Amino acid sequence: MKTESVLEKVLASGNLAVTSECGPPRGTNAEIIKAKGELLKGKVDAVNVTDNQTAMVRMSSFAANVFLKQAGLNPILQMVTRDRNRLAMQADILGAYAHGINTMLCLSGDHPSFGDHPMAANVHDIDSVQFIQMVKKMRDEGKFQGGADIDNPPKMFIGAAANPFADPFELRVARLAKKVAAGVDFIQTQCIYNLDKFEKWMEGVRARGLHEKCYILAGVTPMKSAGMARYMKNKVPGMDVPDEVVKRMAGVPKEKMADEGIDICVESIQRLKEVEGVAGFHIMAIEWEKKVPEIVERAGLLPRPTVS
Amino acid sequence: MITAERKPLEELIEYVRPYDRILLVGCNECVTVCAAGGRKEVGLLASALKMAFAKEGKTIDIKELTLERQCDPEYIEELVPHIEDVDAVMSMACGCGVQEIAKRFKNIPVFPAVNTKFMGASEQQGIWAERCQGCGDCLLGLTGGICPIARCSKHLMNGPCGGSTNGKCEISPDVDCVWQLIWDRLKALGMEDRYEEIIPAKDWRTAGGGGPRKIIREDLAE
Amino acid sequence: MENFEPIIVAFCCQYCPYTAADTAGTQRLCYPANLKIIRVPCAGKVDAMHILKAFEKGADGVVVAACLEGDCHFETGNIKAARRVSYIKKLMEEIGVEGERLEMVMLSAGMGDRFAEMATEVTEKIRKLGPSPINLNTSSQKQEAC
Repeated sequence: MKTESVLEKVLASGNLAVTSECGPPRGTNAEIIKAKGELLKGKVDAVNVTDNQTAMVRMSSFAANVFLKQAGLNPILQMVTRDRNRLAMQADILGAYAHGINTMLCLSGDHPSFGDHPMAANVHDIDSVQFIQMVKKMRDEGKFQGGADIDNPPKMFIGAAANPFADPFELRVARLAKKVAAGVDFIQTQCIYNLDKFEKWMEGVRARGLHEKCYILAGVTPMKSAGMARYMKNKVPGMDVPDEVVKRMAGVPKEKMADEGIDICVESIQRLKEVEGVAGFHIMAIEWEKKVPEIVERAGLLPRPTVS
Repeated sequence: MITAERKPLEELIEYVRPYDRILLVGCNECVTVCAAGGRKEVGLLASALKMAFAKEGKTIDIKELTLERQCDPEYIEELVPHIEDVDAVMSMACGCGVQEIAKRFKNIPVFPAVNTKFMGASEQQGIWAERCQGCGDCLLGLTGGICPIARCSKHLMNGPCGGSTNGKCEISPDVDCVWQLIWDRLKALGMEDRYEEIIPAKDWRTAGGGGPRKIIREDLAE
Repeated sequence: MENFEPIIVAFCCQYCPYTAADTAGTQRLCYPANLKIIRVPCAGKVDAMHILKAFEKGADGVVVAACLEGDCHFETGNIKAARRVSYIKKLMEEIGVEGERLEMVMLSAGMGDRFAEMATEVTEKIRKLGPSPINLNTSSQKQEAC
């Protein structure tokens, strides 16, 4: 075991892991994050906390992580390279680890032009692959990126994202291989709606044995409405929503759409369970955290295993 | 070349408003090529400023002069005979030219007429696009001759990110995904293996992170 | 103001529009004498500087007359002229002179009647706009100087 991370322990035990996600509030009300935490407690193994998602300012992932940790959850510190240089990133990793946060996700982040501060400087001192290398060096060599020794190095279980649906498709496995070579421990994928394409990607992943070098958590997001399905299909870069999914959502009465979205999500998880190399699920219920327990239960993923 | 674009006339009018006699100085190098500050643009701007003030009933005397190069003190000397007769200088060169004039003439205000944009190449007549950020440690040998620092919206040295769609960047369908271009080129060259070599975190000191940069060629410097 | 006679400079390509002006003459069509025609080898040759100088030197309006689309003797001179005209219109707005004072027209050599019509329309339009704001102030200054 590389770390004390509960997520690592669940994955190492051979159980399918379940993670979910919390968006911190656009303000200082800690009750919001605590309430979201309560909904997820005992239903998932770990909870990602986004870092200024879609380049909109929110309470810091670090602070929200601390609230979740205090409430007895296992938070995952998401961190993007967009907003901080390597000094600030390493400083936050030290601080987070000192607060008992031992799992993190290394991302580049959405471009500032999508958010509410398009005028902000776009830092990107390092990219997500170099970010993984940096956190691994901190953990395994006990050294900062700059080379100096760390007193009591942070032992982070290192995650990253992968999008099997972006272009060029032929690079998608190769890019994962780069993240694996950099030292990533687990991967959470982009939301999967096109299961055929995901399975094709997984074939490539297995062909190179990458699923044995890192844990792959399949990402799913329940749709609330046909409008959301269309929005995801047309407006979200790198998202692949097949027409059948949009049609299925649009084919039910408005008041039934949310249920249909949950059904699709649960069915997807059932099918993905059969895919060799899928080590668990990352359920991103965007501002819909209350539905996560139902999805986890209906997908047959409860109770969550206890690990020590 | 260094590219530039004329500032809004409104801003320029306010710069020169307090003065009666202006020396408007163009540059024959990059800004001529990108049609921002060569002899022709100097003529147009002089005419435009004269008209803008004439409309208010004010006559402004604008002397036009275009130097071979404004980033070279040798050529700046050519301004000496003209500087006595003017109240202010407006430069249509890039930021380098404006500063050379400011350095040479201590007692006369100098104003920029253009916004210096980036180092780029012309894609077609009238269209220039960024190609280089002058990072001081060229990566082009690793990336098929296409720069991810200047041309990836996130400066990803190990891209593409998850937002690459149909060869375009997530920020706009008008922006090419540079990692798609790099990949296509590596494939065409039969150098696909190159892609999986991780490019390590960059030392930004050479890019300006180490303070203002300078090149000293000892064989040439006196 | 009532007696205002605008000065309009018309840059006419020698191939079509200039011939159209001739045709108008041989057809004995009447059109206002406000247009001062300058014969140019191609409308595409009319530089931004020529247009701007015309205004600076006192024109109330400027017309750039080119051949019909597809008829340019130099293939795309007329298209280039049209683009240049819209660029100069924007610059004129920045200066504070109405962009409508600059007009782009396309004519064939046989369109003598259209040329006469255009000359009348443009003259009327500029007459309505009044003297160029540049002339307004410079002429008043001249009077003060006297």
